[in-house]
Amino acid sequence: MNITVKLFASFRTGRFEIESRDYPPGTSVADVADSLKLPRHELGIMMINSRHVKLDRLLAEGDTLALFPLLGGG
Amino acid sequence: MNAVAAFFKNHAVADLLAWQHQLEAAEHFGLSIAETEAIILDNGLLPARYQRNRQTISQAGQRELFRSQVAVIGCGGLGCYIVEELARLGVGRIVVIDPDTFEEHNLNRQLFSSPWQMGEIKVSAAVRRVADINPAVTVVAHQDALSRENGVELLSGSRVAVDALDSIGVRLQLADVCTLLEIPLVHGAIAGWFGQVTTRFPGEETLSNMYGSDKSAKGVESSLGNPSFTPALVASLEVAEVCKLLLGQGRSLRGRQLMIDLLSMDFCELVL
Repeated sequence: MNITVKLFASFRTGRFEIESRDYPPGTSVADVADSLKLPRHELGIMMINSRHVKLDRLLAEGDTLALFPLLGGG
Repeated sequence: MNAVAAFFKNHAVADLLAWQHQLEAAEHFGLSIAETEAIILDNGLLPARYQRNRQTISQAGQRELFRSQVAVIGCGGLGCYIVEELARLGVGRIVVIDPDTFEEHNLNRQLFSSPWQMGEIKVSAAVRRVADINPAVTVVAHQDALSRENGVELLSGSRVAVDALDSIGVRLQLADVCTLLEIPLVHGAIAGWFGQVTTRFPGEETLSNMYGSDKSAKGVESSLGNPSFTPALVASLEVAEVCKLLLGQGRSLRGRQLMIDLLSMDFCELVL
């Protein structure tokens, strides 16, 4: 299935800003993050089609997944 | 008090009262600068220091800011700039909470830090700085770490809380305290070239959606650090949110989150 993946902030470094990618049915948000070698502890806001989701959420054909790193500094 | 008001009316040029006369009145009538500021604003006059606020903030708005108390939690990269801007804006009472002292690695970005004052208590530096730049403003300093236990007492009387923390766990506790006190929380966080700002109203899930429930989580700032410009920018955005909330003007970031990427110079808004 075709998924549009959008990466933000430090996740773009050495990766991409937006890419259309193929994943098998049953792929979760965690699977996509792992395939991009995004450390789990760095994952902040995760959105599918502009709605908050958790790591175990399964993707569907045509979804847009947006991943933001966790920012905690002050 | 009538004699003081009359003194100010006599010395005002149009409705502007020069600092020199404010200081003279404080000395002559035995009042604090804060007391003179209240009398000036209550009599429809404006301390001249605020004349360039004027196209943005009305005289009544300036009075409203002076009568407001705002709590700034954290006095580091974000907090120093936030305190500076709130004081120059004319917010009358600023509560500043931070347990730490300045260290060498703060010098690249923390406005109140100086190589000549290493080891100074951060909230004491805030008191010193505000006394220097706007003596009409009262700073209530707490050298303490905010928690769910002490938060209600520390933030009591504040109309808005401003998040300038560097800990996700404490942020989640701050959000709970703001819900108990029924006050809005302006959230900001930074890491390297990146930052985010939003405004959370009591009871909203904004921070828990963002951070989950892992209170020990660390953001990417632990590897990216923080340069000078990111805290200055995010702090300014937070103060603009505070100003609007206090004045009841404009459209806040409630339900929206501004994501800032200064490396790509890309600002995007998430609808929460």
